Amino acid sequence: MKIQLNGEEANVAARTVADLVKELKLESRMLAVERNLEVVAKSAYETTNLETGDRIEIVHMIGGG
Amino acid sequence: MSQDIFKVGTHEFTSRLIVGSGKYKDFETTKLATEASEAEMITVAVRRVNITDAGKENLLDYIDPKKYTILPNTAGCFNAEDAVRTLRLAREAGNWNLVKLEVLGDTQTLYPNVVETIKAAETLVAEGFEVMVYTNDDPIVATRLEEIGCVAVMPLGNPIGSGRGLANPFNIRVIKERANVPIVVDAGIGTASDAAKALELGADAALINTAIAEAKDECMMAEAMRDAVRAGRKAFLAGRMPKRAFASASSPTEGYIWD
Repeated sequence: MKIQLNGEEANVAARTVADLVKELKLESRMLAVERNLEVVAKSAYETTNLETGDRIEIVHMIGGG
Repeated sequence: MSQDIFKVGTHEFTSRLIVGSGKYKDFETTKLATEASEAEMITVAVRRVNITDAGKENLLDYIDPKKYTILPNTAGCFNAEDAVRTLRLAREAGNWNLVKLEVLGDTQTLYPNVVETIKAAETLVAEGFEVMVYTNDDPIVATRLEEIGCVAVMPLGNPIGSGRGLANPFNIRVIKERANVPIVVDAGIGTASDAAKALELGADAALINTAIAEAKDECMMAEAMRDAVRAGRKAFLAGRMPKRAFASASSPTEGYIWD
């Protein structure tokens, strides 16, 4: 399905946030996911379904002051 | 001297130097300079993951969150909404509750947008964050941010990355004397004497990034900052002598051989 992933259109097979993190090979990373401006708790990855057109942001920590 | 603890909200530190992790040439240097600084708290920024290059090395592969207190920041945010969103994500990513709030006014000066900073601080404090807040060297605003419930107020010494030292030392002093929360000089420190001066004025800590990351020898500068912060703190606690208009002889003024 088509979603907006980090600001760009993406076609993903995942149906849940948990699937998406796996599909992107990000499972081992310290990150956070936002779905349509709401933070998705890690405990809710499995139960949070993706829908066409969702705006997903996946962030991590980088160097900053 | 009994141990001099730096308390911020529910956290306690022995180091009064907070370092940033930006602008380093590589992660290895970030790690080595951070170790050399003996800082216990390090700021990080929150950004989109590069989806197409997920296997790439990550800052936190080098800066161990078990060893350091990670202080997520809102660098690059120009309004309260983006800052709050950013820190909600950071909290979910690492379970970090202690955060650095900064809401900027424009890209040229990177001066804080105080109105948006206050708005964001109100929301974040209400949501249970422990907020260390970057702001102007304005005593009135510092008091307001403390009243909102921020756990530390962090006035700038000068613009971010400018390395110009403390523009207004008197205000840092005034802010400190009125404050009941820690005051951290954040931004503007260019070299060791600036850091020492900040602590001599009574600032509880200094937050330094560019001055270390842009030094020719990053690790040596990290050590210099570590020592400067310690020296400044000790001088503050020791209580400096008064300044005098005229000389005051250091050697006894009696028992001269010609008397």
